This record gives sequence, structure tokens and C-alpha cells, in this order.
Amino acid sequence: MTYTLLAATGVLVAAVLDLVILRTRLLTQGRFWFAWAILVFFQLLTNGWLTGRGIVQYDPDMITGLRIAYAPVEDLAFGFALIVITLAVWLTISPSPSERPATHHRSK
Amino acid sequence: MLEWSYMAMLGFVLLASGWLEWAFDLRVYRRPGRLFATVAVAAPPFILWDAWAISERHWFFDRSQMLGIVGPLNVPLEEYLFFIIIPIAAVLTLEGVTRFLEIVRSRATS
Repeated sequence: MTYTLLAATGVLVAAVLDLVILRTRLLTQGRFWFAWAILVFFQLLTNGWLTGRGIVQYDPDMITGLRIAYAPVEDLAFGFALIVITLAVWLTISPSPSERPATHHRSK
Repeated sequence: MLEWSYMAMLGFVLLASGWLEWAFDLRVYRRPGRLFATVAVAAPPFILWDAWAISERHWFFDRSQMLGIVGPLNVPLEEYLFFIIIPIAAVLTLEGVTRFLEIVRSRATS
């Protein structure tokens, strides 16, 4: 199996986890896409560092060859899946009462 | 110095995301149990994917730009740290954005 196919599968699994299994519905929320826009900007910077310097290299037969800022587009899908699954789990694990702030901080 | 190339990127991500904890009073690092559980659940499938992809040579590394410490499953230390630090950065960003939007909305209505 190629990285392309696996990365697409990762996105699909992340979406099913978020929308159907955990029902965190991140993908329907504006705040998620706001956060993702910031994260993807930094991913392009840091992934560009890793791939541009050749710290990480890819078998050309495993990727489409389409690249953004040196990084294969498959990495964006990989990162998307990692972000969505992480955040869906984070929202599913509610903070325990002892960890929850007693009162929410308001502006001073 | 060259062997710190990958680690430098991880340090950058820690700094670039870490200030959000204090700037927005986020309680992400200060809920270590919840953060640890999140990483413990979300990271392993990706580490397994990484280990498999390394063994199949889907991707490989320039070892001169890494510390040379290799953990279980032939996965380098930097890759293990990647799957801890990137999820933390994602959580800090979501919580920071959420808090930012709350502040903007409360100012708009007051």
C-alpha cells in the first residue's frame, strides 16, 4: 500500500471517529477550522524544515509527488488525521472535577 | 550541531505553542492527567504507522541530522517526541482559539 492511500484512509478514519464514534463533531465547528488553519501554517514551516533539509526523505514510488513547501501532500493528510484524532480524544476525556477550575476566569 | 537539526524543529514547536498556556490561562499543561491520557490514546496508532512505514522504507531519515538514539520498533527518539509534542501543540491551539473566541464574543456583547 502506498503512503497516499494510507494517508487518505487516515483522514477517513479520523472523520468517522469524530463524527460517528466519539461524536465530538469537531469537523462541524468553526473553532476547529480556525485552529487547523494555524496548525497547518506551522506544519508547512516545520515539515518544510524536515523535508527541505532532507532530514526525512520519501520513496518516490509511495507518494504522488505533489509537494507543498517541499513536503509531500500526503504529510498534510497525515497531520490532519493526527490533529483530528488527538482533539477528538482530548474532548472525549473530560477533565476530572479536581482539575476543573472552580470558577471560570472572566476578564479583569 | 548538525545532529540537532530534527530536535531543533521539535524545540521550536514546544516554544511556538507553549506560550498559549500562560497567555490564555489554558490549563492544558496544568491538567497533566488529561493531557497524558490524550497522548497515550492518540499517539500509538501513528507510532505503529511510522514504525511500519520505516520498515517498508516509505520514508527514511538522514541520520547525520539526528541524535542517533533509536527506540523500540526501530523508531528514532525524535519521531517518538514528534508524536508527543505535535498532539500537545494541537490541544494548546484548539484551547487557545476557543478561549480567544470567548474573549472576542464577551467583548462584543458587553
